[in-house]
Amino acid sequence: MSGPVLKLVAQRIAMGLLLLLAVSVLIFAGTQILPGDVAQSILGQSATPEALENLRRDMGLNDPAYIRYLHWLGGILTGDLGTALSSGQDIASSLKGRLWNTLFLAFWAAVVSIPLAIALGLLAVRYRNGWVDKIISGLGLASTSLPEFFTGYLLIYFVAVRLQWFPSVSTVYDGMPLGERLSAIALPVTVLTLVVLAHMMRMTRAAILNVMQSAYIETAELKGLTPFQIIARHAFPNAIAPIVNVVMLNLAFLVVGVVVVEVIFVYPGMGQYLVDHVAKRDVPVVQACGLVFAAVYITLNIIADIVAIVSNPRLRHPK
Amino acid sequence: MSKELDYLSRKVARGHLSRRDFLGRAAALGVTTVFANSLLSSAALAEGPVKGGTLKAGMQGGASTDSMDPATWQSQVPYKFGRQWGEQLVEIQADGTLNPKLATEWGSTPDAKVWTFKIRKGVQFHNGKEMTADDVVATMERHSDANSKSGALGVMKGIDNVKKDGDTVVFTLKEANADLPFLMDDYHLMIQPNGGKDKPTAGIGTGPYKVVKDEPGVRHIGEKFANYWDGDKRGHAAQIEIIVINDATARTAALQSGQVHMINRVEPKIVDLVKRVPGVTIQNVAGKGHYVFIAHCNTAPFNNNDLRLALKYAMNREDMVQKILRGYGSVGNDFPINKAYPLFSDDIEQRAYDPDKAAFHFKKSGHDGAVLLRTSDVAFPGAIDAAQLYQQSAAKAGIKIEVKREPGDGYWSEVWNKQPFSTSYWGGRPTQDQMYSTAYLSTADWNDTRFFNEKFDKTLIAARAELDPAKRKQMYRDMSVTVRDEGGVIVPMFNDFIDATSAKVGGWVKDGNQEMSGGYALSRCWLNA
Repeated sequence: MSGPVLKLVAQRIAMGLLLLLAVSVLIFAGTQILPGDVAQSILGQSATPEALENLRRDMGLNDPAYIRYLHWLGGILTGDLGTALSSGQDIASSLKGRLWNTLFLAFWAAVVSIPLAIALGLLAVRYRNGWVDKIISGLGLASTSLPEFFTGYLLIYFVAVRLQWFPSVSTVYDGMPLGERLSAIALPVTVLTLVVLAHMMRMTRAAILNVMQSAYIETAELKGLTPFQIIARHAFPNAIAPIVNVVMLNLAFLVVGVVVVEVIFVYPGMGQYLVDHVAKRDVPVVQACGLVFAAVYITLNIIADIVAIVSNPRLRHPK
Repeated sequence: MSKELDYLSRKVARGHLSRRDFLGRAAALGVTTVFANSLLSSAALAEGPVKGGTLKAGMQGGASTDSMDPATWQSQVPYKFGRQWGEQLVEIQADGTLNPKLATEWGSTPDAKVWTFKIRKGVQFHNGKEMTADDVVATMERHSDANSKSGALGVMKGIDNVKKDGDTVVFTLKEANADLPFLMDDYHLMIQPNGGKDKPTAGIGTGPYKVVKDEPGVRHIGEKFANYWDGDKRGHAAQIEIIVINDATARTAALQSGQVHMINRVEPKIVDLVKRVPGVTIQNVAGKGHYVFIAHCNTAPFNNNDLRLALKYAMNREDMVQKILRGYGSVGNDFPINKAYPLFSDDIEQRAYDPDKAAFHFKKSGHDGAVLLRTSDVAFPGAIDAAQLYQQSAAKAGIKIEVKREPGDGYWSEVWNKQPFSTSYWGGRPTQDQMYSTAYLSTADWNDTRFFNEKFDKTLIAARAELDPAKRKQMYRDMSVTVRDEGGVIVPMFNDFIDATSAKVGGWVKDGNQEMSGGYALSRCWLNA
C-alpha cells in the first residue's frame, strides 16, 4: 500500500476515534438529562432523604458532571464498565457474553446473506429485465416488506412446530457444541437473511448497472467477452465501493437492530439485554450498550470507507 | 360405564393404553373430553410419581435484570425458580390452609401477639450445612432491614423482634395478628444460610432442587438435591429448567414443538386454539387476582358516593368476563375478596348491571358532563377493550365516560395511584387481612382508592387479634360490604390463572394461590414414562 493511501486510512481511523469520543459525550449527556436521578431509581419509592444523600455521596453523584464523565471514560478505557444497578453484576462480563452471542448470530446471518445477495445481484444484472431478474427482485422485495415478526412466526409454525426440523427456541449457552448452536440459530438466521437480502441485492444490481453504461464496458463487449465475464471482471470491481457501503450498513443492522428477532426466538443477545435495562432505568448498562453499538457502527463504516479507498485506483494512485 | 372408564384410565396411567386411544374409548362411552382428561390425571396421580428426566417450563416474566437475592424478587421467573430451590417456614396449600415446611408446628399466646415456630430438624442446605433456628432468625432480620430493600419489608414491619429459643423461633409483634403464620409463606422469606447476610445472591436454600445454572433472562436450571428432606412429595424430575420466553406466540410454539413441557400465561383469546392442539391440556384455576377500575374517594367528582355507586351500577360484569376473559374468570362484586380466600362470606348480594339505578344515582350525585378514565394496555391484558366496553355500558345509563389511553412506560409511576380514575390489577394476597391492609387501610401506601373509613380501619385491626374464626368471618363480611357500598373500587372480574401442559406432564395440582400450580409445578409434577 502506498503512502497516500496509508495517510487516508489513518485519517479515517483517527476520525472514527474522535467520533466515538463525541458519541460518548452525547450518551453521557443524554442519560444525565433523563428525569429523576440514579440514586432515586435505585432506592425506589421508599427512599428516605438521608439514604438518598448517603447513596449520592457513595456514587459520587454530587461531583460536577464533567468530573463524573471523566471517571466514566477512564473506567471504559481501562475496561471497567461499572456494575449494573438492578442486579449488582459486573457489566463488562455480562455484556461480553451477550455481545458474543449477537456477533455470532450476525456473523452467520452475514455468511449466508452477503454471498447470496451479491450472487443474486450479479445474476439479476446478467439477465436484466428478463424473467430471472423480475423473479429475484420480486421475491427479494416481498421478503423485505414482510415484518420480521411475521416471517418469524411463519417459520416457527411450519419449520419448528409442523416439520420439527429446527427448534423454535434459540437459547444458546456457554459450552454448547457448535452443531447444536448452529441448529438453534437456523431460524433466526433465516429471518435475518430474508430481511437484509433484498437491500444488498438491489444495491448490487443498481451499482453494477450504473457501471454498465460506461464506454469501457462497450469496449469489453466489442472485444468479444461473454456477458458474465464483463460483469465479473470489469463491472463488479468498479462497483465495489457502493456495494460495500450497503453491506456494512446491513451488517450494522444485524448487530444493533435485531431486538424483535431476539424476542421471538428467545435469543440471548444484546438487544434484549438493552431493552430489559432501559425498562429498569439501569443507566450504567444503557450507557455501556449505547457505546458498544456506536463503536460497531463506526467501525463498520470505517471499514466501508477503507475498502472504497483501496478499491479506487484514482485514490490509490493520485496524480 | 364409570367402572369401565376407571379401568381404562388406570391402564393409561400404567402405560398399557395410549392417551389418544383412551379419549377415543371415552368418547364412545359418551363422555366429554374434558371429563375424560380429568379422569386421566387423577388416575396418574393415584399411580404415583415417576422419577427422573428433565422437566422444562417456558415462562413469561423474566429479564436480564433479575437477581438471585430473594429480597429483590418481583417477577414470575425468579420467584417461581425460588420456590424450587428455597423454602419458607410454612406453605399455603390449594385449599387455603397451611402446610408445615421448615417449621413443624406453631402457636401463639391468646392475644395473638407472640408467635412461636418450632423449626424442623435434620434439614440440610445445599452447601451441606444443617438448617437451624439461627438461620431463620437471620433471614427474618435481613428482610426487616430497610437497607435490604426487601419485598417482604411490609410484612416484617408489624414484627417487633425475632428471637431464637432452643429449636424454636419466637416472633414478638407490635400489634396482634392472627394471620402471622400465613405471612411466613411470602416468597421473599426463603430461609437462607445465615439469612443470606454473607451473600444474598448465593442461591443456596433447602429446596428440592439446587441451582446449577442461573442466566438471568435466559434460563435457570436446577438439579435434584440428593439430601432433600421431603423427597417423596417434591422433586420428582432429576433436573428442572425454566426457559424465559416472554413472547406469547413463541411460548405456545415451544410447547407445541415439545421444547418445553409446561407454559404460563396462555392468553384468554387463544385458549380455544391451544386447547385443540393434540396432547396439550389447559390448566386453568380460579385465583385471587382481579382487575379493577379505581376512583379516588377524596377527589372531585369521585368524592360523592352517589357518583361512585352510579359508576358501579354502570359496569356490565358478565359481559366483561365473557369478552375480556373469554369466560376464564368470574364476576367481581366491588370488593377485592372472592371464594378463593379463607373466611369468605358467600351470602353478600351480587351487584348486577342496572342502567336505571346507575342513572338514578348519577342524577342524584349532581355531576354534570363526562367522567375521565385513564387506562393503558399494561394495566391488565385487554384493559383498553375493557375501558371501551365500560364506556358503552355506561352510555346506556346516560353516563358519558371519556377514555384516555396512557403510555405503558411510566403508567405505574405516573398514573396508577396518582390520577383520580384509572384501571389497574391486583394479584391478590394470601389472606383477607393482607389484601385489605395493603390497599384499603387509611394509612396504606397503596391505598389506591384513597379510601379513608375509620370504622373500617378499626374493624380491620380488631379482626387481626380475633382468634375465633366465626367472629372474624363476620368482621370480614362487614368490611367487604363497606368497601362494596362506599369504596372507590369497581371490581368487574376475577381472572383465572391459565397455564398449559403437554401430555408428558403428570401430577399437576390445581392450586389457585399462584400460576403454575401455586408456583410449585416444577417440583410437584413429573414426566410420564
